[in-house]
Amino acid sequence: MNEKKSILKNEGFQAILAALICIVVGLLVGFIVLLIINPAGAWDAIVAIMQNFMTRSSGPARLKNLGNTLVKTSPLLMCALSINFCYKVGLFNIGAAGQYVAGAGMCLYAGLAWKLPWFMCVILAIVAGGLFGTIVGFLKAYCNVNEVISGIMLNWIGLYLVNMLLSGVKEPSSPYTLKLSSVNPGGILPSLGMGAFFAKNKYVTIAIPLSVIIAVVVWVVLNKTKFGYELRATGFNKEAAKYAGMNEKKNIILTLMIGGILAGLGASFFYLSAIEEWSVTQSSVPAMGFNGIAATFLGGLNPIGTIFSSFFIQHITLGGSEIDMSVYPSQISDLISAIIIYLCGFVLFFKLVMNKSGSGKGGHKK
Amino acid sequence: MSEYAIEMLHITKRFPGIIANDDVTIQLRKGEIHALLGENGAGKSTLMSVLFGLYQAEEGVIKKDGKEVKITDPNVANDLGIGMVHQHFKLVQCFSVLDNIILGVETTKNGFLQKDEARKKVMALSDKYGLSVDPDALIEDITVGMQQRTEILKMLYRDNEVLIFDEPTAVLTPQEIDELMIIMKSLAAEGKSILFISHKLNEIMTVADRCSVLRRGKYIGTVDIKGTTQEELSRMMVGRDVQLVAEKAEAQPGEVILEVNNMTVASKAHHNNAVKNVSFKVRAGEIVCIAGIDGNGQTELVYGLTGLEPLASGSIKLCGKEISKDTIRQRSDKMSHIPEDRHKHGLVLDYSLEYNMVLQRYWQPEFVSGLGFLKRGPIRQYAERLIEEFDVRSGQGPITIARSMSGGNQQKAIIARELDKDPKLLVAVQPTRGLDVGAIENIHSQIIAHRDKGNAVLLVSLELEEVMNVSDRILVMYEGEIVGEVDPKKTTTEELGLYMAGAKREKVTA
Repeated sequence: MNEKKSILKNEGFQAILAALICIVVGLLVGFIVLLIINPAGAWDAIVAIMQNFMTRSSGPARLKNLGNTLVKTSPLLMCALSINFCYKVGLFNIGAAGQYVAGAGMCLYAGLAWKLPWFMCVILAIVAGGLFGTIVGFLKAYCNVNEVISGIMLNWIGLYLVNMLLSGVKEPSSPYTLKLSSVNPGGILPSLGMGAFFAKNKYVTIAIPLSVIIAVVVWVVLNKTKFGYELRATGFNKEAAKYAGMNEKKNIILTLMIGGILAGLGASFFYLSAIEEWSVTQSSVPAMGFNGIAATFLGGLNPIGTIFSSFFIQHITLGGSEIDMSVYPSQISDLISAIIIYLCGFVLFFKLVMNKSGSGKGGHKK
Repeated sequence: MSEYAIEMLHITKRFPGIIANDDVTIQLRKGEIHALLGENGAGKSTLMSVLFGLYQAEEGVIKKDGKEVKITDPNVANDLGIGMVHQHFKLVQCFSVLDNIILGVETTKNGFLQKDEARKKVMALSDKYGLSVDPDALIEDITVGMQQRTEILKMLYRDNEVLIFDEPTAVLTPQEIDELMIIMKSLAAEGKSILFISHKLNEIMTVADRCSVLRRGKYIGTVDIKGTTQEELSRMMVGRDVQLVAEKAEAQPGEVILEVNNMTVASKAHHNNAVKNVSFKVRAGEIVCIAGIDGNGQTELVYGLTGLEPLASGSIKLCGKEISKDTIRQRSDKMSHIPEDRHKHGLVLDYSLEYNMVLQRYWQPEFVSGLGFLKRGPIRQYAERLIEEFDVRSGQGPITIARSMSGGNQQKAIIARELDKDPKLLVAVQPTRGLDVGAIENIHSQIIAHRDKGNAVLLVSLELEEVMNVSDRILVMYEGEIVGEVDPKKTTTEELGLYMAGAKREKVTA
């Protein structure tokens, strides 16, 4: 047995290496695009993207911007966990985007129209997201409808339902929903003093530590519990799972329900931090759920890895807004971060290449 | 020109923790049938995978027609005219038989598939060699036997010169095996060179010209079949004398354990009933064997018994209790099931060996805490005990990924898991499929020991030798019905063959 090979074969090592390669390639391609558009400012722009909050001159401003990045990381992490969890059971939960929308609509409506306290809003977001997930799971288990198809359709149904619902609680003169801070301050997630640490960033709430804790819980559930054992067995080989007496239909529905709960919870983490309002005229499903797919793969399909990949994706997305807008058109920041996120999806490809190149020495034996 | 079609010289191939091939040399003459004999895990499949380009050997060279070649992937092997029927079929489940045969070598015109020509060629080959298949049936709907015929046709369709048969007879009926032997001989007579991987000595004696033997990855030797005996071959393979016939005492049938009345099970593939109104009993202390040609309802009978498929009608009583409406888990309390297809049902291949060992028990308090956490320690200890007791060999012990184990050891793991449950009823379907004589001897004696402890065994087998050797009572299935009950001590294989072919039937009320 060759020791050197075994390191390259190590799953964790492979995942991290593949993620790093993706990041480097993504930054490189982004840099090339910047060079093509305007060579003069390309270097400054790519540096700005990578530095994000570090571009700010003062310490407190940096901290405050780091806080913003973290606020946006927690909902992305939740969406990524939703997709990751389902993926382990062999289900591709592209409906996470719609489950996120459902959660957003429900928690905002509960906060703005009913003026419920924050924890009630969170619970309702969970219920809405979970319900959307359950519908997909039910269709999959009992009607054999592919979860990708029903998920995507529900994304759109969810978007327009929520637009309709939230039209009742919007500003009279703009498409945005009312400000939670003025209508119902009790609907905002508690900060527990963390905001003060991030230079009085009022958007920093318990959502950030909670999402990290949930990531760890998801990992534990998948890898250490009987429930996770069943779910992963179903994902690997559902015939064998059936043979072993596992209830496949129940597990599919449960899995997608949990996926929906995670995504719905993510939405409440975002909108109940009051960092942004919902625009009832938007005609595309928020990208959070889809970026969750990139975060999942970049995180090596591991809930813990997803914590870091989610942060990275939000880091470069916000970094994009630091680009000098007098040199580049305003769309460039989205374009560059989109390119990098897109390339994150190539993690599995790089892993495959690594396995191929080493197969002469240590491939699987039949 | 070289005398040899293929030479593999001094091949060494290592896997983590195991040397699968250790300086192995085999030389395949043109137009000969060369058998490759060895126990499970002896390295036969690995050696063939090296030849087929699936693995790269660390040391050694491969020569084709005397010229050294580098076979880096199966496409290169194909270009060199090497074709292989794998032990585990490489077929696209949701494609038709015809589509699978032409996959990769489709003839096209302006980008459109030209299937008519292909169909003609396939049907001609199918007629010529008696490999009957339905070209339009989907792979997932047809029997294992027919899937294998598809694999053989695939190879013939590509006009390959060197044909590798990786344990081709494991799932065939006696008649089909005879036919295959004739096919192989006629292929060799046409100048094709055949490598025949097997551990069935009688088949090797019938069909092969020469035989090379591997044992635990090492090359033992090559012998001429004319100048050898089964006993010598088995000694070379196992390294000791082997008992070729199972030794067992007279059965002592006790109370009825399993009672099946008028059971009917629908077939998924053909929209009719695969099992028609079947009734039988299995008593404690006896081994009842269901014999029959593959695809006559045995699979569905077992699915119905174990709960994988619902019954259309009828009743099943296990230890006096009606179980036909019970879930799989409820039934598994008193019933163990060694499944026909170890990859489809028996194992979660991407799980470790220890996780597979607890597949039927992981929910029990022994292995899971009140909060739902798996108990690592007890799972490890349990797996280690079974590995020890049943001699399951693997690269890294309990943490070996099941996929990386040899077929025989995967089967041993399943048998260990199922027998350790100490079930009142053991349903064993093809328990020795693809295993070597040493392992078969071992499994048969374990099944007999399970019977002698006062349990009932229902054995479903396609192999007449196993049926005659192990069972106390034989029920023959034909087209979904039980058409005959015979006593293995009083019958002959010829009589069994008549029942199996539907030429003879009687009313059975056992």
